[in-house]
Amino acid sequence: MASPDDLKFQEFEEATDLLLADPGASTLSMSGSSSTAPAGATGDIKLDMSDDEGQEESSELLRGEKQTSGFWTFEYYQSFFNVDTMQVLDRVKGSVMPLPGRNFIKHTLQSSPDLYGPFWICVTLVFSLAISGNLSTFLNSLGSPHYHYRPQFHRVTIAAVVIFLYAWLVPLGIWGFLTWRQREERQQSGYSFLETVCLYGYSLFIYIPTSVLWILPFEWLQWLLILVAMVISGSVLVLTFWPVVRDDTKVTAYATVATIVVLHALLSIGCKMYFFQTATLTQVTTLAPNHTAAILPSKTH
Amino acid sequence: EKMAEVDELSKPMFAGLSDVSISGDIPVEGEINVPVGTPSHDDEYSTLDEPVKDTILRDLKAVGKKFVHVMYPKKSSTLLRDWDLWGPLLLCVTLALMLQGGSVDSKEDGGPQFAEVFVIIWFGSVIITLNSKLLGGTISFFQSLCVLGYCIMPLTVAMIVCRLVLLGGSGTVSFIVRLIVVTASFSWSTFASTAFLADSQPSNRKALVVYPVFLFYFVIGWMILTFSPSA
Repeated sequence: MASPDDLKFQEFEEATDLLLADPGASTLSMSGSSSTAPAGATGDIKLDMSDDEGQEESSELLRGEKQTSGFWTFEYYQSFFNVDTMQVLDRVKGSVMPLPGRNFIKHTLQSSPDLYGPFWICVTLVFSLAISGNLSTFLNSLGSPHYHYRPQFHRVTIAAVVIFLYAWLVPLGIWGFLTWRQREERQQSGYSFLETVCLYGYSLFIYIPTSVLWILPFEWLQWLLILVAMVISGSVLVLTFWPVVRDDTKVTAYATVATIVVLHALLSIGCKMYFFQTATLTQVTTLAPNHTAAILPSKTH
Repeated sequence: EKMAEVDELSKPMFAGLSDVSISGDIPVEGEINVPVGTPSHDDEYSTLDEPVKDTILRDLKAVGKKFVHVMYPKKSSTLLRDWDLWGPLLLCVTLALMLQGGSVDSKEDGGPQFAEVFVIIWFGSVIITLNSKLLGGTISFFQSLCVLGYCIMPLTVAMIVCRLVLLGGSGTVSFIVRLIVVTASFSWSTFASTAFLADSQPSNRKALVVYPVFLFYFVIGWMILTFSPSA
């Protein structure tokens, strides 16, 4: 079923790279590759695929294209979920361990983005933010006699809107901007929209354990966690975007990188401040739900 | 290419056949069965004429049989074949109704509204089903919805138990009891549904399908556990 397709996919990725490097090399593959001169025997072997779509896909891969079906077919979307458990785990690992020189898109994704990771990481992050925030509010107010536990379910809706907007609009903006600059300056090819979305989705993974750790009621720990998460996640983003941006004018390059980092910082700080409010704020809201509630947060933060 | 070669070779061979004229009747071999509707046959398969009580009882029996299957989950293809969505609807409405009547000021800071529970359960089931299909699963759309919906049953039972426990008081002991009950039933739900769903996935993607199911029942379990009655 799906597994022969997977092997085909990856096999052809490597084959294309090798062929580009050395066009005269002899290839030993199961399909009839037309661009090489094999020893005659492998030339006419038919692809033993269960459907014709596999044939089309692999021959188009050699030409560097990925999708053959239109966007109204189911197979089009299936191509974005063409990942195994191990691949997803590797990508998650790659997003929390940024090494200099390791471009997330080229190295970890190997230019085959998927939508499984970004989508489920965002969903998990939404619920982990809402649930952890609820828990932290509860734990902070345990001593107070006026406190009556509230599930605060509306936070799920707010978290969902914020996270999903960030995960889709920011990559759209960055990709649009980079593509426009690339056309203007005629530079090397940038990243496709899906690769950018995939990158941003995986970069949000670090916030899941961070949001759980934010339950611990130490202010210094919470800010330290924000810093650590920002550094890791931000450097994944910067390391990936830097090669594309550095050929541009200095101002644009630094401005782009700075914007990426600032937006990321705003997201994490905003989430922390909204979902993980300190004890004094909730006490005030239960006692005097009017204007004093607005003044006190500025004092405590 | 091989196929093309064969075609090339065969063309001149069969080309001559076009000169053959077909005259008269050529006896057609094989049998053509035209089903002649006998009245007795129709009565057996048609359910239009039976009393309403029979129809309802038959559907209820089917729903009940599936509930039993969820209680003792073992792989059975008949359960998947005869899917229905009555059970999930019943469970969803029951759960959503029981999650109401929470804290008094339920507009803000309260528990989930009826619509929110409904949306989470149905939308969540649809998304998990789509996810499973996109990853290459062989289970059909409605079969998967059916399984996910029926496996909410342990959580609904836990909700009933929690409300009963809350009648006795909402201290730490009742919280611990509720925590144990909800954890047990959420694990049961996840286990029961993966017993049906995981088999339809290739082995290298099973975890990718099981994780969203786990998350789904975890969120529902969370909604049940955090239900706090009005002060």
